[in-house]
Amino acid sequence: MIRLLDPGPQTTIQDLGRFGQLRYGIPPSGPVDRLAFVLANRLVGNPDGAAALECTLIGPGFEVDGPGAIAVTGADMPVTVDGREAPGWTTLVLRPGDVVKLGPARVGVRSYIAFSGGLDVPSVMGSRSTYLRGRLGGLEGRALRKEDRLRVFAAPMPRPRRVARRAVPAYGSEPTIRVVLGPQADRFTRAGVGALLGNAYEMLPQSDRMGARLSGERITHSRGHDIISDGIALGAIQVPGDGQPIILLVDRQSTGGYTKVATVCSFDIGRVGQVRPGQSLRFRAVTVDEAHRLLREADAVLETGFREEIA
Amino acid sequence: MRFLPAGDLAVLAEFDEEISVEVNTRVRALEFLIQQKALTGVVETVPTFRALLVYYDPRAVGYDALCAAITELLPQATTAVLPPSRLVELPCCYDDPELGFDLAPAAERLGLSTAELVRLHSMAEYLVYFIGFTPGLPYMTGMPDRLQIARLDTPRVRVPAGSVGIGGIQCCVYSVESPGGFWVLGRTPLRLYDPDAPEPILLRPGDRVSFRAIDRREYDRIAAQVDARSYRPVIA
Repeated sequence: MIRLLDPGPQTTIQDLGRFGQLRYGIPPSGPVDRLAFVLANRLVGNPDGAAALECTLIGPGFEVDGPGAIAVTGADMPVTVDGREAPGWTTLVLRPGDVVKLGPARVGVRSYIAFSGGLDVPSVMGSRSTYLRGRLGGLEGRALRKEDRLRVFAAPMPRPRRVARRAVPAYGSEPTIRVVLGPQADRFTRAGVGALLGNAYEMLPQSDRMGARLSGERITHSRGHDIISDGIALGAIQVPGDGQPIILLVDRQSTGGYTKVATVCSFDIGRVGQVRPGQSLRFRAVTVDEAHRLLREADAVLETGFREEIA
Repeated sequence: MRFLPAGDLAVLAEFDEEISVEVNTRVRALEFLIQQKALTGVVETVPTFRALLVYYDPRAVGYDALCAAITELLPQATTAVLPPSRLVELPCCYDDPELGFDLAPAAERLGLSTAELVRLHSMAEYLVYFIGFTPGLPYMTGMPDRLQIARLDTPRVRVPAGSVGIGGIQCCVYSVESPGGFWVLGRTPLRLYDPDAPEPILLRPGDRVSFRAIDRREYDRIAAQVDARSYRPVIA
């Protein structure tokens, strides 16, 4: 059992997401930074999809009443176990009564805390992920509160491992985010698409799990910003009339009537989600074929590179 | 039809640029065929007015192969392949200003009596083109021409879930409390989205919907049954 002493500003339970429900208007949810989430689970010996915590900007404090292991990945939040500093990207073995505290993120936005066995909350429509706006899944469809109690499934104590320093993603600098142009790139002027690909865009504080709101050089439309509403893919860069882009993320609306100039590749969604308000990012266009090659490379890094480097 | 890439995990199959029952039926028929044939690599699909967004796993199927497989299904994508649609009855309380707070002003704007507006609205049969935007929210057609009305000049910040509204050529039922610019004629005690129910979503793409006018007493009675989970929606 885990007892929340301090929930942090927005800590939710997520697994890999709820699929097949977009046609009913229900987004997949799941972790914004899938790579960090999966690595946290692997560090504690869980399947990739075990339910874990996503923490935003400031992590939670909690007490455990039994033995078990945790791992903290993603944004660089200082971790202490019973007051002693503890490393991220590493299996941490806990004893009954241990108090774990995460501080404010020094780099990045979202951290993940996986627990050996995985969090035991009911599966709703095939997933334990929390969809906050829909009050669905996770713990009563909401973010965690002080004094919440979470159960974990029984599991053997994992062999402690860590992700090698050089394999830990760098969230600090201005990342270049790969996009595929379209589906409505033809609704923008050449200068508009050029603005998107040629300038840095700043992350705005209104950003959340639904969408990353950006500010920068105006992306100009060639003939209006409204379309006949269609489906919104993960990473769609929607541009309303003000010419400012919004990248739609895991809790996005399923459909919408604004033009979408390009779509962020799935393997770069997590990097978008780690850009702090006030920091910026850049875009680079790739073809669908190139995106699929890069996706296979990203898969390979997770399957081989990381496995070898976990010692 | 044309294919437009939507990132590395989705492709948009887009039909003619118009909102019509004919085009939307082809979209839903194509979706039905993709699901029925269990096309390799397809993860999920989202139908809209005139396009089908197909999410796929590129580890299982390439972009070109997927587009070719979808193209092959196109000739069969007609109303003939679709299973019979459901007719869902939504009880709606119009005649209480607390629930249908725009009924009187909308009637005035349309030059109708409130009784006539209710009659026209509740005798029409609506078709759910698709569900989207918020969980369980139906995009419907079938509004009588006489009820076409410009949307509110100033959208409301909060419209309660269950509110039945009209705006433009659309009739809308709010599935969750949200901002909105429709004229709210009444409210249904049913929940189009209920996260705590075993089946959280009431309506599906392709459903037909009718409204049955009820008084406030019946509204309260059904609302209590919905709360107690003892109400069974009328679905034919």
